[in-house]
Amino acid sequence: MSASKTTYTEADYLAVDEYEPKTSGGRIANYMDKRVAGTGMVREFGRKVFPDHWTFMFGEVALYSFIIVVLSGAFLTFWFDPSMATTRYDGSYAPLQGLEMSMAYATSLELSFDVRGGLFMRQLHHWGALLFVMAMAVHMLRVFFTGAFRKPRELNWVVGASLLLLGMGAGFTGYSLPDEVLSGNGLRIIDGMLKGLPVVGTYISFFLFGGEFPGSEIIPRLYSLHIFIIPALILVLIAVHLFLVVVHKHTQYPGPGRTERNVVGFPVGPVYAAKAGGFFFIVFGIMALISGTFQINALWNYGPYDPSPVQAGAQPDWYIGVFEGVLRLVPGTIGDLSLDWVIPTPWGGNTVAFPILLGILPVAVLFIGMFLWPWIEAWITGDRKERHLLDRPRNAPTRTAVGTAAVTFYMIMWGMGANDIIATHFSLSLNDITYWSRVLIFVGPVVAYILTKRICLALQRKDRETALHGHEAGVIEVSPDGGFHERHQRLSDHELWTLTSFEAPRPSGPRPNAKGKVTAVEKLRAGLNRMWFEERVAPVTREEYQQALEHDHHDEDGGLEAAGSSQGRITRGGD
Amino acid sequence: MAEQGNGESGAAVTGGEGGSESSAVDNPGLPPHRPRLADVDEKAAKRNERQVSVLFLISIIGTILSFIGYFVVGQTEGNLGDLRLQNTLLGVGTALAMLGIGLGVVHWAKTLMPDHEIVEDRKPLRTEEDRAEAEQIVTEVIDETQIKRRPLLRNTLIAAALIAPLPAVVMFRDLDRSDDFGPERMRHTLWDEGVRLVRDPTGTPIRASDLTIGSAMHVIPENLPEISSHGERIAEKAKAVVLLMRMNPDDFEHTSPGRENWTHEGIIAASKVCTHVGCPVALYERHTHHLLCPCHQSTFDAAREFKVIFGPAGRPLPQLPITVDAEGFLVARSDFTEPVGPTYWERGEA
Amino acid sequence: MKALTQKRRHPFAFVALLLLGLLLTGGLYAAATTVNEAQASNLPEGYSTEQVEEGERLFTANCATCHGMGADGTENGPSLVGAGAASVEFQVGTGRMPMQMHGPQAQEKPPQFNDEQTSQLAAYVASLGSGPAVPAEEYLDTDQGDASRGGELFRINCAMCHNAAAAGGALTEGKFAPSLDGVEPVHIYTAMSTGPQNMPVYNDANIPPEDKRDIIAFLKNDHFQSSPGGFSLGSLGPVSEGLLIWTLGLALLIGSMVWLTSRSS
Repeated sequence: MSASKTTYTEADYLAVDEYEPKTSGGRIANYMDKRVAGTGMVREFGRKVFPDHWTFMFGEVALYSFIIVVLSGAFLTFWFDPSMATTRYDGSYAPLQGLEMSMAYATSLELSFDVRGGLFMRQLHHWGALLFVMAMAVHMLRVFFTGAFRKPRELNWVVGASLLLLGMGAGFTGYSLPDEVLSGNGLRIIDGMLKGLPVVGTYISFFLFGGEFPGSEIIPRLYSLHIFIIPALILVLIAVHLFLVVVHKHTQYPGPGRTERNVVGFPVGPVYAAKAGGFFFIVFGIMALISGTFQINALWNYGPYDPSPVQAGAQPDWYIGVFEGVLRLVPGTIGDLSLDWVIPTPWGGNTVAFPILLGILPVAVLFIGMFLWPWIEAWITGDRKERHLLDRPRNAPTRTAVGTAAVTFYMIMWGMGANDIIATHFSLSLNDITYWSRVLIFVGPVVAYILTKRICLALQRKDRETALHGHEAGVIEVSPDGGFHERHQRLSDHELWTLTSFEAPRPSGPRPNAKGKVTAVEKLRAGLNRMWFEERVAPVTREEYQQALEHDHHDEDGGLEAAGSSQGRITRGGD
Repeated sequence: MAEQGNGESGAAVTGGEGGSESSAVDNPGLPPHRPRLADVDEKAAKRNERQVSVLFLISIIGTILSFIGYFVVGQTEGNLGDLRLQNTLLGVGTALAMLGIGLGVVHWAKTLMPDHEIVEDRKPLRTEEDRAEAEQIVTEVIDETQIKRRPLLRNTLIAAALIAPLPAVVMFRDLDRSDDFGPERMRHTLWDEGVRLVRDPTGTPIRASDLTIGSAMHVIPENLPEISSHGERIAEKAKAVVLLMRMNPDDFEHTSPGRENWTHEGIIAASKVCTHVGCPVALYERHTHHLLCPCHQSTFDAAREFKVIFGPAGRPLPQLPITVDAEGFLVARSDFTEPVGPTYWERGEA
Repeated sequence: MKALTQKRRHPFAFVALLLLGLLLTGGLYAAATTVNEAQASNLPEGYSTEQVEEGERLFTANCATCHGMGADGTENGPSLVGAGAASVEFQVGTGRMPMQMHGPQAQEKPPQFNDEQTSQLAAYVASLGSGPAVPAEEYLDTDQGDASRGGELFRINCAMCHNAAAAGGALTEGKFAPSLDGVEPVHIYTAMSTGPQNMPVYNDANIPPEDKRDIIAFLKNDHFQSSPGGFSLGSLGPVSEGLLIWTLGLALLIGSMVWLTSRSS
């Protein structure tokens, strides 16, 4: 890439022109190379190294499911007509014959019942969409819990978070296209939420629906968003995302031979390419299997959209469930006090729909927090270094705890989105689930935070214990004085490195700024920093390890080193 | 560091100053490569080769299975059993076709392609020379434009660039081309004095005697089917849908002044559009007199003028005043006295 | 007050009082006998006196604890006067009555009475006062119904509680609308005509018998009952679909990933 030469002689140019390949394959390659400069790409990527770990593959799943969704979606467009013009259904599905419905619904039914393979493609498209968003979500969780978003990857984290939002948007616009009762009521909820936005909400709703809900414009508009605008944005961001992955090179887990300055893994050619390429077929195969055996979105049951009917179990696809759940969670009245507040004005008052705003708020906080997290964490920890080695989640206890707290927060809202199904299947009262969730939404994340932190610290202590005293060998010995102890086997240096090569910084107090003053913001930062690092389990140091080794020598055990159970006990201290 | 030496292994060390500890051992480098069976035993390699090709053959079988699903099952023409069979064959066939290739290639890569891990240095994201050179270029480029020396150019360009996209935004105004544009239209529905309540979807008028105590009926205004445009018709229906219930008149627990004649012999009518975000509130429990919205579970009490008793709705459902006309059919006394449906900014006190 | 005491001393007062007394006792007697006669003569259509009598015996033994002697209701159970034969056919025929225990609502279970006993009980309850009757066979014949129209009626009137695929749904405070899968046509019909538990009543003026037949025809339609796309996951919609992708889908993927990145032996 970096050109060592800046001037070229005539001979250099001629050499390229006059090169004669010897094999037919070589001729084709040379033809292409001279026109697209493939040599550079092969040199750059042919043996580029990618670390190999199963958790690194969720991003690939997301990419592949996007490809599956694009392919199956393209198939569907040849039959689907996104029109709200009415027609009388005369297709194969008997219980709907003779009913008036929109072309969008009629052609969705045609695709399902009268186009061979149409049902399969519809199901593949829908299952693929669920998978696409799930893969992105799990990928983001992996990136979060291993700290892969840290410098220099902050911007790529934002690109990824944007992709998650776009994926949700793509899913929702697609979910609504068949124009049946289920998704029609979903749109109605969107309409209601838009109208709840102060000042601009009513007009946004009018412009989106082309007048009052539902009108006859919304399906073609969603179609344009669904098959053109959102996928185009997703494609652009995927390109940026992958470009940045190449620029940064992939992160890797800590381990023997791995450092912040290298990448250990398999070269693209042939191993990584074969695995990644093969994995596309595996993902496709799994999705085909699910699409062939599990029915999804039985839209023929829902009937043509009509503003009057509604159906029990009215739910969105999983990734919108969190919005559905939080809307169910927020009370609209407290006692006799309504949360719809009227602000008196000379022109008759304006109304603020707090039940809706309070519903949007937690999800908004969650998503904004997600976007800003790399900077929030760096600000708290004061970490300014480039990080290419991942954290094992236990070795960053506070981040892991914050993550599980956020996941718990999400899960409670998500679960609320299914509270009616939970009520009927576990014989609970719908109302009780809601009351409990209103408490859990506050308590749950705190409990999750504390528990996770304790578990992480405990796991770190166990690691420390293993590093100092070795694995339990599973051999119990009786000493001459009748005591029992278990033999312990020392770790290899490779194992030891994996367990002990992490950083556990101590809290750093508030730092004065240039004027020598400690600002309130800095005090807050220092407070958070203390919370972040205060409780720590230090990695085993060289001296500690040497001490442990010397201790072994006193036991005169040779190859199988032993540590008595009394010494092996974890002692607690510090807090 | 002092705390580390005191022998308290595993201690959660609190507080203190200092940086990171040196690790127990030096980085020992990559573990030695363990040869696979196929690396040392040509027989094992041969076996792997056969396994991979069997997987590829399975893929071919899968493709054939898909064709069987498509052509042999053929047009299903309303036979949903056949359709299910076709769907399963296409799915399982495609799955085998894809998994055969995928599992085969990966198995090939795992067993026969080299499995030596390679160490590659990370290049610095940029070198200091590159940075200096780039900075130089940027400075020169800015200088050459003279934009700093000529603020008039800069300011007028900024002004022009800021307002240039506005026409593109303004052009979206016609997303809503309706004649009655604006929030005022949300205050009116098709209901009016004397408009008959008719059954949804049949459109037949209703006598009071058609409802027994505990009955619920889904109702639209009689003038709804007259609207010819489908879009306008469902937009009006979306505001005008009404649920009609008959209760024992003794069960009414509260009637506000002015609403005494809004019901007829225990028959009471409510807007079906939830005041939360607009789902149809259609679930009526006849003994508890509760109306439940299945979307977000707002619950309204029909015995207390549809007061919110649970869930996220902030206001009662609007009640439609009803009576009977000369022929004994149920009619509206007037339109709703407040806007139906979700709360919106311009709604105000009404 | 004064006027009354004066009138009491009126010479005709005694005669009037006597007449009143006679009228009252006679009237009461007459009323009592006509009630008895009414029970005998007001024999509900399609039932015999023996059935009514046998039904009364069964009722006294099994139902009167809650519904009271004479089925006029107690604190624990409503009066059944006017409930009609259809109610008995539904409640007893689906095993909901006799109730196992008090809860948010009566649960379906294997019926405790056979068809003969059920119709005896139905005959007895029908004899107490007019109410919805057990439908004629023709209204249960799904071949005569129009599934398409029935589907439309179902979606407007039933799907909000029972779910679009009739898989059931939640109501308030632990109550629920049950799944309609496998429910006998006669029980679907009688549920509509009587409105059991908290279900609204869909009398014949609201949904005429022919329309009820259409709804049953829709529910029993082969197309409606089949799930052409594969396993229906309980027809619960997006929740069960989301659950599947997060369990089976994720498990299959993780399994393949772990295999893919593991070293070959």
